[in-house]
Amino acid sequence: MSILKYRDALNQALREEMTSNPLVFLMGEGIGEKGGSYKVTDKLFAEFGADRVIDTPISEASFVGMGTGAAILGTRPVVELLFVDFALLTFDQLMNQAAKLNFMTGGQGRVPMVLRTQGGAGNGLAGQHSQSLEAMFYHMPGLKLVMPSTPYDAKGLLKSSIRDNDPVVFIEHKLLYTTEGEVPDGEYVVPLGKADIKRDGKDITLITYSLMTLKCLEAAEILAKEGIDAEVVDLRTLSPLDKETFLNSVRKTSRAVVVHEAVKRGGIGGDISAIIMEEAFDSLDAPVMRIAGKNTTVPFNLHLEKLCVPTTEDIVAGVRTLF
Amino acid sequence: MPKPNTETIKKMYKDAFTIRRFEEKAIEQYRVGNIRGYLHPYIGEEAIAVATISACRPDDYITSTHRGHGHAIAKGHDLKFMYAELFGKATGYCKGRGGSMHITNMAQGNLGANGIVGGGIPIAVGAGMAIKQKKGDQVVLCFFSDGGSNNGVFHESLNLAAVFHLPVLFILENNHYAVSTPIEASALVENLSIRAEGYGIPGITLDGNDAVKIYEAMEEPIRRARKGEGPTLIECKTYRHGGHHINDPGLYMPKDKLEYWKSRDPLIILKDYLNKAGVKISEIKSINQQMEKELDEAIKFGLESPEPSVEEFLAEIAE
Repeated sequence: MSILKYRDALNQALREEMTSNPLVFLMGEGIGEKGGSYKVTDKLFAEFGADRVIDTPISEASFVGMGTGAAILGTRPVVELLFVDFALLTFDQLMNQAAKLNFMTGGQGRVPMVLRTQGGAGNGLAGQHSQSLEAMFYHMPGLKLVMPSTPYDAKGLLKSSIRDNDPVVFIEHKLLYTTEGEVPDGEYVVPLGKADIKRDGKDITLITYSLMTLKCLEAAEILAKEGIDAEVVDLRTLSPLDKETFLNSVRKTSRAVVVHEAVKRGGIGGDISAIIMEEAFDSLDAPVMRIAGKNTTVPFNLHLEKLCVPTTEDIVAGVRTLF
Repeated sequence: MPKPNTETIKKMYKDAFTIRRFEEKAIEQYRVGNIRGYLHPYIGEEAIAVATISACRPDDYITSTHRGHGHAIAKGHDLKFMYAELFGKATGYCKGRGGSMHITNMAQGNLGANGIVGGGIPIAVGAGMAIKQKKGDQVVLCFFSDGGSNNGVFHESLNLAAVFHLPVLFILENNHYAVSTPIEASALVENLSIRAEGYGIPGITLDGNDAVKIYEAMEEPIRRARKGEGPTLIECKTYRHGGHHINDPGLYMPKDKLEYWKSRDPLIILKDYLNKAGVKISEIKSINQQMEKELDEAIKFGLESPEPSVEEFLAEIAE
């Protein structure tokens, strides 16, 4: 076991997969000699060379398509978008092409591409660099969607994503890159499509992912002192969604709160709430609560920015109202 | 590659004739309700597909457009599975899931027709990147139109292919219209191939109705690409014989221009070459008859094929 930063865990995953499979290669802006804007691709250029760690021009719409075409022919590109906000430029190639090609061709061509990106608010980068857009990818048939919260999950899930034969959108959080956690030294993977119970509890289920997992765990410690024992379910993979884990948890606790940073309206919390209502209604002692981002573009000002996404205090306060 | 020999010219003629009759019969099938949705006939443009694809190898790749039946036939696809796909049947290339605009046969290197204008262009660049990663010497023929060359991804893709020296041949099928908008209204340049200069790659403009001239002109771009020297933009000027799609009568196309281009029908031009090469009219007739028969058999196969299974589909997508 080692203590690794989230970004270094991702770096290890890339290194290991590029070493074991010569068809894995990377494309993105500034990922080469610079080592990437968040240092996730640090030193990979020196080890694997310019042929496999490729700096692209600022052409997101097309280099995502380039990844798609390269993947169809059997290579495994890992394409980096500096900000999930830039994914909006790529929607034809990502949503109309990569997500649909295997289906529309009757299964003739899988697209084993990973689109790595980062999102979230908190660095004062304002509206076009602070979004949480996962609901858009969640809504699109044909895409897998992964959002790890810890270094352990980040490394294991990135390895699995690279090995997966379908397009995976892999969203990191900008505030998680320097967080630390235990990572095994040997080979391991985390399978896609499996949620993880980060904290066992019996009184209420907190369903969450990415940075909000850490906030839920902090909230759970505070709530424990008040006699409320919270179970924290980290979804890890949003698509395909592991319904059984959170439904079993709700059947045990009778109360559910979905916590995500993304805007509440149209967010994945609505879908999860509906699933709980449809499949575990009789277990509920209270309606499913959603604690999520406010319906706004993220402002630049620090104090205003802080108001837009859930805090630990928001989660604690929300849970208290259910008891 | 020197001038195409007689056998090659015969093959190009046979493919062009097959495309022409495939499309005409597809229009008939559409009119009686056996094909639904859209149909974008390649009629009038046949020389481009048959010449560029004949100049390449079977293991080279293509990406195509919504007007993709011609490329598919030139690539050697089975006419039965093509009609079956147009009819939406389980025996179609895409099991009835794609239809006319998404005809694909990856086993023969056709990475797919595409319903988005320009959608195949970045994919072609990606295929070129994969070839480079695997250190192969195949090339990718990337088909798109004058309309597609105004799309953002065209410009990004030419630049990407140039910068990474990818083996992509960008075949710009300039049929002078984007649906009903003439190219004069959406570009200030006479020859779109000049756009190549902005990306540091060669660009040429060809008579898109003369298959032999196109075939000859492909030699150098293919050589460059296979040697890792990078992409070329090849503009082929041509004209549709009808509207944009089957329900567009093309009333905006001036009669005199249409007559001019019809007088330069790619099939007529190919037949002239065959005459000059000493191929008898009876042999041409025999090719025609054989392909008519194959096409009619293919239509019959498609019509008699089963629908895709509803149960299997629902089971596949169940959550």
